Amino acid sequence: MLNNINGFRSFLPKATAFSLAFIFSAFLAFAHEDEHKASAEAAHDTIETVQHDSIATEAHAEAEHHGEEKFDAGKMIMEHVADAHDWHLWGHTSIPLPVIIYSSEKGLTVFSSSKFNHGHDDYNGYRLEHNTVVAVNEDGTVNEELSANLWDISITKNTASLFISLLIMLFVFISAAKAYTRNPNTAPKGLQAIIEPIIIFVRDDIAKASIGPKYKKFMPFLLTVFFFIWINNLLGLVPIFPGGANLTGNIAVTLSLAVFTFIIILINSNKNYWIHVFAMPGVPVWVLFLLTPIEILGVFLRPFVLMVRLFANMTAGHIIALSFFSLIFIFGEMNVVAGYGVSIFSLAFTLFMTCLELLVAFLQAYVFTLLSAIYFGSAVEEHHHAEEHH
Amino acid sequence: MELVKPAFGLIFWMFVSFALILFLLKKFAWKPILEMLDEREKTISDALNSAQKAKEEMTALRAGNEKLLQEARNERDNLLKEAREAKEMIINEAKTKATEASDKILASARENISNEKMAAITELKNYVATLSIEIAEKVLKQELADPNKQKELVQTLLKDTKMN
Repeated sequence: MLNNINGFRSFLPKATAFSLAFIFSAFLAFAHEDEHKASAEAAHDTIETVQHDSIATEAHAEAEHHGEEKFDAGKMIMEHVADAHDWHLWGHTSIPLPVIIYSSEKGLTVFSSSKFNHGHDDYNGYRLEHNTVVAVNEDGTVNEELSANLWDISITKNTASLFISLLIMLFVFISAAKAYTRNPNTAPKGLQAIIEPIIIFVRDDIAKASIGPKYKKFMPFLLTVFFFIWINNLLGLVPIFPGGANLTGNIAVTLSLAVFTFIIILINSNKNYWIHVFAMPGVPVWVLFLLTPIEILGVFLRPFVLMVRLFANMTAGHIIALSFFSLIFIFGEMNVVAGYGVSIFSLAFTLFMTCLELLVAFLQAYVFTLLSAIYFGSAVEEHHHAEEHH
Repeated sequence: MELVKPAFGLIFWMFVSFALILFLLKKFAWKPILEMLDEREKTISDALNSAQKAKEEMTALRAGNEKLLQEARNERDNLLKEAREAKEMIINEAKTKATEASDKILASARENISNEKMAAITELKNYVATLSIEIAEKVLKQELADPNKQKELVQTLLKDTKMN
């Protein structure tokens, strides 16, 4: 229970920052609407319909139509933190990624996302709408029934980023492992010297401290999840390719990681763990009626909190940094001088936020791994240890 | 809220690839790395232990040497002392024996001298006696050559005898 409270406590400030950032970006959008009341509705529609095109295309289109592009901070930020079917590099340039769709009618379909022409064209009965692939009929209307049964396993920007990070991990750790087996019992060099203190940190301060004597079994998962989160957090901070994807700030990713933790807890939990869930020893029976539902909820709440914490922290960090950055363009639209003036402060704040995010990148990897380890520890805890804290 | 709606595709790829990388890293990276780390830590602690042990042995050895040296020194001192004592004893013994021998010689010399002296004295006495008798004979011969004198003497002697 204590673990949960602690986890919640560390979650609170970040959650506040997250909601503040949301309010902030909403405010920006709102202010924007106030200024341009006439075009407000139209702009809103534009956001809704072509929200997930690359900015450049959008800006290009708008520049053609209105002569001058309009900057929408909320839309820009959402584009940067959300997933996409192509990887925007700069200006009009983006890398098309494979779209892989399975439908019960057409079977497996694989094609390049460039066929959609940033959502402007339909291809093979599919259309990119709200960054989601939907099925369309011959007459151009969306086939709702078929769309609901589509299995979209496209290589999106986040999936591509996932593969890149996994390749980096495979290269780094397998070459480090080779260095270990090649020169056993020598002082670490190069890559080894960088990762060794972290591996020892995870082993001694996370696994041994939280799990106890049975820590060895969980080391591969803890190390993998720690480095996975940390490397992807850092890649997310790099603004250009191959970084820039907000992978660890994507709920699908944090959900998967949390489910892995949950499955490992379920596989390894012993009798003692379930006794503590269903019938906490040393508690009067009438209290159990209250306590047992809470404990059962806690079993699911723990991985859920893991999922939300990582997702919210990383997304909030990205949104805040991007919000400061957007200020330059918002003020620049009002007045060029104001834009340059604000840019100094914006850059300073963005730089500050990026430095803070470097710390958060490590901290969140640490927190996720530590809490996973604590949960594993409580799942494999033996009876006599459990008695101590009553 | 698209942000909090997990996409199926990403979950699918995440499960597949995370499970794969977990397996690959477990087999090819974490296992050798953790084993090597354990082994190295063990080697280092073993080396430290054996160094400590060697140091202790060294100290013990040095103490042993010191003890041995001390013993040798004591032994030497004892030997010297004994030798000195033996020397003294031998000298003393010799002295005693020499004294005894000289004493004996002196005693026997003295005895001889006294014996010789006694013999000489006896011889001298005998000689004197013989000489005296000879002288007395000669004197008597001279005295008793006159017959008056013989008569006188006999008379004297008879006088003395009558008295008795």
